[in-house]
Amino acid sequence: MTTTIDELAAPDASRARRPRAAVLPYPALLAVLAAALAGSTLLATGVGPVGVPADEVARILAHHLTGGGDTAATSDLIIWRIRFPRVLLGAVVGAGLALAGAVVQGVVRNPVADPYLLGLSHGASVGAVLVLTTGAAALGALTLPVAAFAGAAAAMAVVLVMARHRGRLLPVRLILVGVAIGHLFAGVTSFALARTDSSAAQQQIIFWLLGGLSGAQWATLPVPAAVVAGGVALLLVRARRLNALVLGEEAGAALGVNTSRLRWYLLILTTLVTGTVVAVSGGIGFVGLIVPHLARMLVGADHRRMLPVTALLGALFLLWADVAARMLISPAELPIGILTAFLGVPFFLLVMRARGLATQESAS
Amino acid sequence: MRLDIDAVSVALGGRPVLHEVDLTVHPGQFTALVGPNGSGKSTLLRAVYRARRPDAGAVRLDGRDLWAMPAAEAARHTGVLMQEQHTGFEFTVAETVALGRTPHLGLFDRFTRADRAAVDEAVERTGLTPYRDRRVGELSGGERQRVLLARALAQQPRLLVLDEPTNHLDIRHQLDILELVRDLGITVLAALHSLDLAACYADTVAVLRAGRLVGHGRPEEVLTPTAIAEVFDVDATVHHDGGATRFALRPRCVCPEQLCHWSCRTRRAAALTETTDVR
Repeated sequence: MTTTIDELAAPDASRARRPRAAVLPYPALLAVLAAALAGSTLLATGVGPVGVPADEVARILAHHLTGGGDTAATSDLIIWRIRFPRVLLGAVVGAGLALAGAVVQGVVRNPVADPYLLGLSHGASVGAVLVLTTGAAALGALTLPVAAFAGAAAAMAVVLVMARHRGRLLPVRLILVGVAIGHLFAGVTSFALARTDSSAAQQQIIFWLLGGLSGAQWATLPVPAAVVAGGVALLLVRARRLNALVLGEEAGAALGVNTSRLRWYLLILTTLVTGTVVAVSGGIGFVGLIVPHLARMLVGADHRRMLPVTALLGALFLLWADVAARMLISPAELPIGILTAFLGVPFFLLVMRARGLATQESAS
Repeated sequence: MRLDIDAVSVALGGRPVLHEVDLTVHPGQFTALVGPNGSGKSTLLRAVYRARRPDAGAVRLDGRDLWAMPAAEAARHTGVLMQEQHTGFEFTVAETVALGRTPHLGLFDRFTRADRAAVDEAVERTGLTPYRDRRVGELSGGERQRVLLARALAQQPRLLVLDEPTNHLDIRHQLDILELVRDLGITVLAALHSLDLAACYADTVAVLRAGRLVGHGRPEEVLTPTAIAEVFDVDATVHHDGGATRFALRPRCVCPEQLCHWSCRTRRAAALTETTDVR
């Protein structure tokens, strides 16, 4: 155990010593993001057509969180019944979409992938559109989310079955089948949209397709929150294997990772997370595509570090996008999908140019 | 660790690629796998590092069926340096090498001091210490090859499988990497293109041709001019030069009669010999 290559060929030190620019030590970064999220929750809850100062927001929230009952004050109603659940749901949805994006990008080893690439949102749309055009209300207020989730799950099931080749899931087939099935479902949505006579239904459908959190209430919060929290936990445990998966089929085999089984597992988990959040928020684009890249720019590609950052950034981003959606043409509301594009794209392009997105340079 | 490849057959897309290959590598032995392109070298290695299950036959490590083990256990025994184009996201050198510990860690295990030591040692031995925090994508092909070797070493395997480990490397690093591997003292099965390197570093050479094992033994026994002509379709002269074996290879003569190209001269040499004989 004596020979090292180092002794024989000393590397060019000037080229070698270039540490990666670290913004902050990792734990500090996590703490800053968590604090920013907590602060943003307070601020964003206060912002709206009726402004409420942050200290009053804090007082109202503290009152309720310590078991206090409803009071007659208008601000109490607005803050506790309407805005706070909505802000929380925005954070949950943002975290869920961003996480799902990070996982799908890793699973199909493609940086332009997002949870919708595999046909999920188109499936959810079909479910939602069927409810909106037929006026079905079998499950009351939950009819729409349940139908949207069922649509997403159905689309994913079709994609998984069709992409399967001798029991294995391979990235390129997944992308091809996902895109194809997505187009098929989008066709169904367009058909339903064109056929319906009710312009009110059409309006609702368009709004749903662009996404929004206006339906948020306490009742819609627990299921997505639990699913996203569970998803974070299950993903973090497998972050190391996800790293191996990103290196490819052969590397996975060499490192003792059952790549095919891991892909199945991760895609089903992604479907659950995406389907659940899309069901309550509609088709909010862009978060799942961009936030994982921002996280990689900050802390590198190791999923053990980037997944928590992705979740926090996604939560922050969607929370503020929703504030903008509420405020820009207040008292009316913009679909949040428009905001994520208007805010997110310029921001992402600026950051990318400033820091350099080196994701694909290595592929040469 | 003893590796037994036992009547392994593999067909890809209906075309047989390996036909009942039998090969044993004894503990601590370095066996080079040589053969022309398409002879099945990579496929045989893939059956050993569990990337392709054999259609028939078995691969055994110390007598235990490799393909019956859990994937992680197999990977604790077997390290691999494969021909691989890194197309993942931007991992750093240290992160990539740390992935070599994956088979040793359960879902809930954290990186221990022993894991970190294994990674540090692998980085050190491959001369990558100054590169630790560089992104793999920024490195040259040769440096990347060393990163992959470091990842395999971090696995602390008892069998190392190498597929063309000297690809992308300059002459110096070709020798360095094989020397390092030989010095590990573990069992090695390496597909090599260069007969010189095979003869120089391997204890035994196994020759594959069209999916069949056509020879296995000490380099000087197996790599004879006749065998080389038959397997690689080139003319060879073998020189034994103070313990080292050297191969002079040239294409077989396909020049028109009487008119050998200057770079070939096979026939002229033959003609000269004939003239001498007549006189």
